[in-house]
Amino acid sequence: MTEKLSIGSAINAGLRASMERDDRVVVMGEDVGRLGGVFRVTDGLQKDFGDNRVIDTPLAESAIVGTAVGLAIRGFRPVVEIQFDGFVYPAYDQIVSQVARLSFRSRGTVRMPIVIRIPFGGGIGAVEHHSESPEAQFVMTPGLRVVSCANPHDAYWMIQEAVACDDPVVFMEPKRRYWETGDVDRTVRPPTTWSSSVVRQGRDATLLAYGPMVTTCLQAAEAAAADGLELEVIDLRTLSPFDLDPVYASVRRTGHVVVVHEAQRTLGIGAELAARITEQCFYSLQAPVQRVTGYDMPYPPSKVEDEFLPGLDRILDAVDHAREIGGQ
Amino acid sequence: MNVPIGGLATAPMVQLLTADGSRVEHPEYAYRGDRDAVAMLYRDMVLTRRIDTEAFALQRHGELGLWPPLLGQEAAQIGSGRALRPQDYVFPTYREHGVAWCRGIPPIALLGIFRGVEMGGGWNPADHNMALPQIIIGAQTLHATGYAMGLTFDHAVGTGDPDRDAAVIAYFGDGASSQGDVNEALSWSVVHQAPVVFLCQNNQYAISVPLERQTAVPIVQRAAGFGMPGVRVDGNDVLAVHAVTTSALQRARDGQGPTLIEAVTYRMGPHTTSDDPTRYRDADEVEEWKAKDPIARVRRYLQAEGQPPGFFTDVDAEADALGADLRSQCTALPDPDLADLFDHVLSEVPAELEQQRAEYVAWRAAYEGSPA
Repeated sequence: MTEKLSIGSAINAGLRASMERDDRVVVMGEDVGRLGGVFRVTDGLQKDFGDNRVIDTPLAESAIVGTAVGLAIRGFRPVVEIQFDGFVYPAYDQIVSQVARLSFRSRGTVRMPIVIRIPFGGGIGAVEHHSESPEAQFVMTPGLRVVSCANPHDAYWMIQEAVACDDPVVFMEPKRRYWETGDVDRTVRPPTTWSSSVVRQGRDATLLAYGPMVTTCLQAAEAAAADGLELEVIDLRTLSPFDLDPVYASVRRTGHVVVVHEAQRTLGIGAELAARITEQCFYSLQAPVQRVTGYDMPYPPSKVEDEFLPGLDRILDAVDHAREIGGQ
Repeated sequence: MNVPIGGLATAPMVQLLTADGSRVEHPEYAYRGDRDAVAMLYRDMVLTRRIDTEAFALQRHGELGLWPPLLGQEAAQIGSGRALRPQDYVFPTYREHGVAWCRGIPPIALLGIFRGVEMGGGWNPADHNMALPQIIIGAQTLHATGYAMGLTFDHAVGTGDPDRDAAVIAYFGDGASSQGDVNEALSWSVVHQAPVVFLCQNNQYAISVPLERQTAVPIVQRAAGFGMPGVRVDGNDVLAVHAVTTSALQRARDGQGPTLIEAVTYRMGPHTTSDDPTRYRDADEVEEWKAKDPIARVRRYLQAEGQPPGFFTDVDAEADALGADLRSQCTALPDPDLADLFDHVLSEVPAELEQQRAEYVAWRAAYEGSPA
């Protein structure tokens, strides 16, 4: 049995299910209560669960994460919202120096079951600091799990898996896709949603993406199919730790791989993927791993964001380029 | 006189012009300008409101992606902005359109970032002694403190020369008062006796979060804990804001250190054009504040003082012309070229970034003229 939900409302439904299941789950953040969040992802939760479980915090990101650490030590499971990607940096110290290390420092006697929800990425015509893609900075921090959803069904289950997890989870939400709808099956709990998922099969090249770029890659694959090219699309879903066996299997079949992300290129997720794929699939590769990413500049003014962000043309050009190198 | 306000209202508030337009005395603060000077403040507020109203409308017509309106906060901004001297320096948030007006920044320069054609501002800070608008809440208060320390190091404080001694003003809001950066700035500035005025426009809401969820004591009371004087002022009273800010700036220029001013005001509109305030506040509350409008009270006062009616029609006509001009300038703003933006990442473009620019330019050339 399925129903149509947007990604935003699927996360809302997943949070609601988590809160109903476990009364130690608390939601905190700027404007998450009465307003329901600036994207309405927490809409209605304060009304139904009360303001001790859905907390409108002062405007202080470091305090939002820092107090979540204390709540977690006390045995709560805080789900905190960072209102926009660019506002996470005041909390960066608490995330990197505290949240990510407490389990390690305590030899596992202290757990940090904190979910840090971050709407991320561009494409919504926003002003500066509202379109960032900081995921790699959390992936390179040991002690954090980092996941990103790309469709409503995954969003519904991934947020619940994040809340239930005893490790801290940075939950990257594709804000430009919040309103896109899809089928959600709320009856059958998948064994895990933190695994790479082949969302379209193909034999000619492999596209790797996560979050907002999965839809873009599926569109690129659709366009390529019209030209007789079959592109495989893999939604990584989990960025830390990675689940790359499905990726290696795909690359061994296709011999060509293009990584796509909005984040700037240098030391982005694509750099790590290129290294690992080269290590594991060197003799299967027919061309170097291609990266289609944001350029190495601060996120630009919104009038030109479409040229900064990977689009169908750049992705398909990269596929063509890889196949030319491979002599296809 | 000191008048109490509702809510976190235990601290008195300086007021020199009541909501019904009557001048009142205060034992410590006085507005020293004549009627013509008050009329100029009126004009500034009317023109600023028109800039704001036009920008709001431009957003609604799709010409701006977003706009953060200042409606209701004109007196707090004009009163403080007109207390500044040219050598003073301003660190604003993204809502200080009225302060920008006082600094001679062309109104069109405010629109660039909200139209998505500017990276982070629209003016050269050195031309106006005003930093670019700050979106990261509270960050600018530390910048203000550092700049103020620099004034001291450069012997631009306490010399007694009115053309040399300078001060800094940092604008922030009630929401920002919760940020670590702001509290660090308040503490640090006292330790270094930095010549900085912290002007908090307490407009009662941080998006949806009301003041009582932000702080348990009036913001002005924090000043004592940090070791600086604090003054609470009716932020909708342009004369009181001007008087209080003039005094605090002079104290800073004289080398006597920082002051915290809490200007009690109200954000009449949404946080930004993306916000829907009906979800979190009552219409009655908005009506209550409408009666305290910062412009209407000055108009009543000027009328009672015999300001000729022609003055008001002239200001309105000037506002109409300013609005029309802003509209046409906005739609004429050129889009940026992404290729040019590579120039501004570092002081020189390194080879690897030049390579990325070349990739972009080649890609664009390949698609020019072809359907997207």
